[in-house]
Amino acid sequence: MRSLKKNFSRGIVRANPIFILLLGLCPALAVSTSLDNAVGMTGAFTFVLLAANIIVSLLREQIPDRVRIPVFIVIIATLVTIVDLMLQGFVPVLSESLGMFIPLIVVNCIILARAEAFASKNGMIDSIADAVGIGVGFGLAMLSISLVRQLFGTGSLDLFGRHLFTIPPLADNPVVFFLLPMGAFFVVGILLALFRWMGVSRSE
Amino acid sequence: MSNLIAIFFSMALINNLVLVNFLGLCPFFGVSKKLSSAFSMGVAVLLVMLVASAVTWPIFHMLLEPHGMEFMRTVIFILVIASLVQIIEMTIKRTNLTLYNALGIYLPLITTNCAILGVAFINIDKTYGFLESLVAALGAGAGFTLVLIIMSGIRERLDLADTPQAFMGTPISLIVATLLGLAFLGFGGMI
Repeated sequence: MRSLKKNFSRGIVRANPIFILLLGLCPALAVSTSLDNAVGMTGAFTFVLLAANIIVSLLREQIPDRVRIPVFIVIIATLVTIVDLMLQGFVPVLSESLGMFIPLIVVNCIILARAEAFASKNGMIDSIADAVGIGVGFGLAMLSISLVRQLFGTGSLDLFGRHLFTIPPLADNPVVFFLLPMGAFFVVGILLALFRWMGVSRSE
Repeated sequence: MSNLIAIFFSMALINNLVLVNFLGLCPFFGVSKKLSSAFSMGVAVLLVMLVASAVTWPIFHMLLEPHGMEFMRTVIFILVIASLVQIIEMTIKRTNLTLYNALGIYLPLITTNCAILGVAFINIDKTYGFLESLVAALGAGAGFTLVLIIMSGIRERLDLADTPQAFMGTPISLIVATLLGLAFLGFGGMI
């Protein structure tokens, strides 16, 4: 039970994929313009990671060691195709705004890294805990980046069509810079430095 | 002809792979510490990107599309690119050992580089023809190399600068990328 808890909590802070390990930055920067996108991306990412970890951990005795990487990639690519088609079918708006970054989950280094480093060496239950932990960590990072970008870029916060609040002076003169691609680099850079300054993560 | 030139500059400068499309960020932050390795990485990416586009275009338009199997593109493309990188690596090792020693360690990393797969998808999504896809790949690769070289030049100087403790390493690189991206916005009026 204790190891389960450890595997789960590792991905959230100590080995946060985005802020500590700096893996999978591409989707984190590209689709973090709004909270909706962040939630959608986290959902798609966590599903693929969870399913890949379960399948790999179940098949770990059967997969020959020499061809394990190609096998992992095929498993992940198949799962990504499933997610891509599901999103296109059920939430076309979200699928449209996430665009290319859904199929690109396949080359997300975090998922392959977890399959190789964790799921291929541990049982199913531990792999599930690991995947959910990493998913939560990824989601928290995505939410914090997109919260800053949406708040400063539009002056108000919306989540799936429901209006949360508006800051009037900011909504009249939104800082469009935050919605531009450069804004993403800026926000992540500042957040990283902030976490180091607060002592959550260590400096280089 | 002017169309091809427009595609080249659009991919290289205006819609720069790294700064605007957020593709290939891992090598952008990982391999941009030294100028020489940044150049090798850029050339390796350019090479693989060109070959990958030349191979994935016919596969999609002649094999998948006629059979209505467009949904298989993610699986097929990643397999093709992974094996392509292996073939390129072996070919370079056999034919040019100097080049292999310079590029060798970067080639395997390219398989999981989202820039290669991303450009293959962009070519399909923008319904480029075969020649246009090649030019787009060339432009994207050239833009990637350019930004990587600029970034490594800045980071070599940055090592000597007095950076605040919390900003050392990646955070300051992200801030530099911000400024670089703002500068590249200026190319927007070109076409």
